[in-house]
Amino acid sequence: MTDATQLLTTADGRPLKAALAAAQARARRKAFFLVAPLLLFVVVTFILPIGQMLQRSIYHDGFSSNAPALAAWFDENPDAMPDEAAYAALAADLLLMKNNKTAGEAGTRINYTVSGTRSLFTSSARNADDLQPPFTDALLAVDQKWADPLIWQAMRAAASPYTTDFYLIALDRQRTADGGTEVVAENQRIYLWLFGKTFVLSAVITIVCLLLAFPIAHLLATLPMSKSNLLMILVLLPFWTSLLVRTTSWIVLLQGQGVVNNVLVSLGLVADDGRITMIYNQTGTIIVMTHILLPFMVLPLYSVMRTIKPSYARAARSLGATSWTTFRRIYLPQTLPGMGAGALLVFILAVGYYITPALVGGADGQLISNMIQFHMSKSNWSLAAALSGMLLLGVLLLYWLYDRLVGIDKLKLG
Amino acid sequence: MALPAYADPLERVWYYTYHAICVAIFIFLIAPIIIIMPLSFNAEPYFTFTEKMLTFDPEGYSLRWYDLLLTFGMTLPDAARDGSWWADVWANATWVRAAKNSIIIGFWSTIVATCLGTLAALGLSRSEMPYRRVIMAILISPMIVPIIIIATGLFFFYSSPCAIVGLDCGRLTATYTGVVLAHATLGIPFVIITVTATLIGFDQSLARAAASLGASPQRTFFKVILPLILPGVVSGALFAFVTSFDEVVAVLFIAGPEQQTIPRQMWNGIREAISPAILSVATILVIISIALLATVELLRRRSERIRGVTPQ
Repeated sequence: MTDATQLLTTADGRPLKAALAAAQARARRKAFFLVAPLLLFVVVTFILPIGQMLQRSIYHDGFSSNAPALAAWFDENPDAMPDEAAYAALAADLLLMKNNKTAGEAGTRINYTVSGTRSLFTSSARNADDLQPPFTDALLAVDQKWADPLIWQAMRAAASPYTTDFYLIALDRQRTADGGTEVVAENQRIYLWLFGKTFVLSAVITIVCLLLAFPIAHLLATLPMSKSNLLMILVLLPFWTSLLVRTTSWIVLLQGQGVVNNVLVSLGLVADDGRITMIYNQTGTIIVMTHILLPFMVLPLYSVMRTIKPSYARAARSLGATSWTTFRRIYLPQTLPGMGAGALLVFILAVGYYITPALVGGADGQLISNMIQFHMSKSNWSLAAALSGMLLLGVLLLYWLYDRLVGIDKLKLG
Repeated sequence: MALPAYADPLERVWYYTYHAICVAIFIFLIAPIIIIMPLSFNAEPYFTFTEKMLTFDPEGYSLRWYDLLLTFGMTLPDAARDGSWWADVWANATWVRAAKNSIIIGFWSTIVATCLGTLAALGLSRSEMPYRRVIMAILISPMIVPIIIIATGLFFFYSSPCAIVGLDCGRLTATYTGVVLAHATLGIPFVIITVTATLIGFDQSLARAAASLGASPQRTFFKVILPLILPGVVSGALFAFVTSFDEVVAVLFIAGPEQQTIPRQMWNGIREAISPAILSVATILVIISIALLATVELLRRRSERIRGVTPQ
């Protein structure tokens, strides 16, 4: 046996096995070199920026870089309550902030965890020149809030630039005096609720898309090719039309003085003063996003339905099944791969949607993306990054699921 | 799907109901795109059909909103329409400048995305490709990751792109290069998807035949492979162009006033004072997308024909 394999050599006398391995390694390298430029490009222009942005969700030096004395005191006294030395450090840092005009920056960082403290820093820094020892009494005279253990705890947490505070905020939690965490008061639970709403609205849009896509995909799949190609244009044209154009058209159609309301009024179905509000609210977001994402549902459904042989349904009918039973037991199960692929894709795209909710969502039709943009515009960069991190995690999980169940290489456009 | 001869009355009723439902859904899909076309010729500054429009009175229609696209932002919109007026339009009109920007950015980002994407698709469709699944997932992810996250990341990255290696090389925000790179990244998944789909039907023995006849890999690519996959490459390029041409969020985050594009101009128009001029832009864009759709459809059929793949 060993003799036989040793006998197999290439023309230049190398063992065949080694030659094959070398050739395969060369082929692998060649294939990889073709992909390498693009991979490098995507890493630099896409992965790196997102990674860098996510780093901001755990890094904020607004306080730590402006309060060196306090940072040193916290370092030396890991568990102690604030004493005179701590207040002296605070007074020194406030003076530094006053001179560098950074009290607002430091206060903003503490303000994330204890609301209403930004003004405490700015007003105290304004008086920093007049502070005399003993600093404990002097600072408490400026503002009684300096005795609040929560503020000291927040400053201790912020003394290191690395923090999980922003993820706590994004999870609607806050630190308690004993060092644990708790859920914030009910009227302040914004973010988890918004994540929930984003997922619920995306699910509603996905279901509506599925309900609308199923009949037309079925029709397209069962019609003769020439007719279905013609009807397919009606699906593909919206797919190719600019998103902003489609959103504009829906505003024109649905607004108070818009086409739909005018038709309803002229038909007498709706009173002139009782025009339906269909846009700039949640309904608007659902209608417009359904329209925009519908082609992403129709295309995978259609490609699966095309492959279903009509003979199965005919066989079921000939064996006595009613048309409903045939549909439910024979046809529907065969369309499941298409439904899964379309639904997952639509859901993934809906969860991260920004443009449409921003333009037609009004106050109650906003999604988590719009909240990220809001915090970006307010320069709350770390909080925006933490919210992005959570959204990204959700989307990547769904993407992984899509790859497992459907396979990314099955993704088709038109 | 014809009605079978053995259908009972209930099935007949369902058959017609089903078709009515389908017609309604098709109307839902297409009506918003059709409705803006006549409205863009409205003589009044309204977003709904006026009495005169409904009675097809010529006075109800006008080209004023198309005219506004040219005159808006001009220095001397009321001057006589001679050569210098058109020069003024070309140089100053807001929408014309936005169109120029959109085309320039779209063109270069398409070039970058198509060249890199086609090369990568060739590698990805080889059976020897290592880590194929992971790399494919990474390359498609710009299409999946929410645009707001991409735009936020680019906003920070572009404000100091070399900081990551400890250097200072200026900024990419408010530059054409920055927008082109961002749009190229967004267009790459479309190129990868269309070109790999074309390569699935590609007969590798043709490339081997060329090699055995003495052609160099470059010659094989340009003389044998490229002509056969060209329809797929062009479709991918068109997808990449449309992606760039329609992109607004990244532009909002990283572009400056110099890089005003059509979508950004529309965005401003929709958010602020919405004027029917938006509808005339929208109509022009719909006509462009009809042309693009027709091109892609023709390319797909050509691709199927030259590769000998018959549609199922």
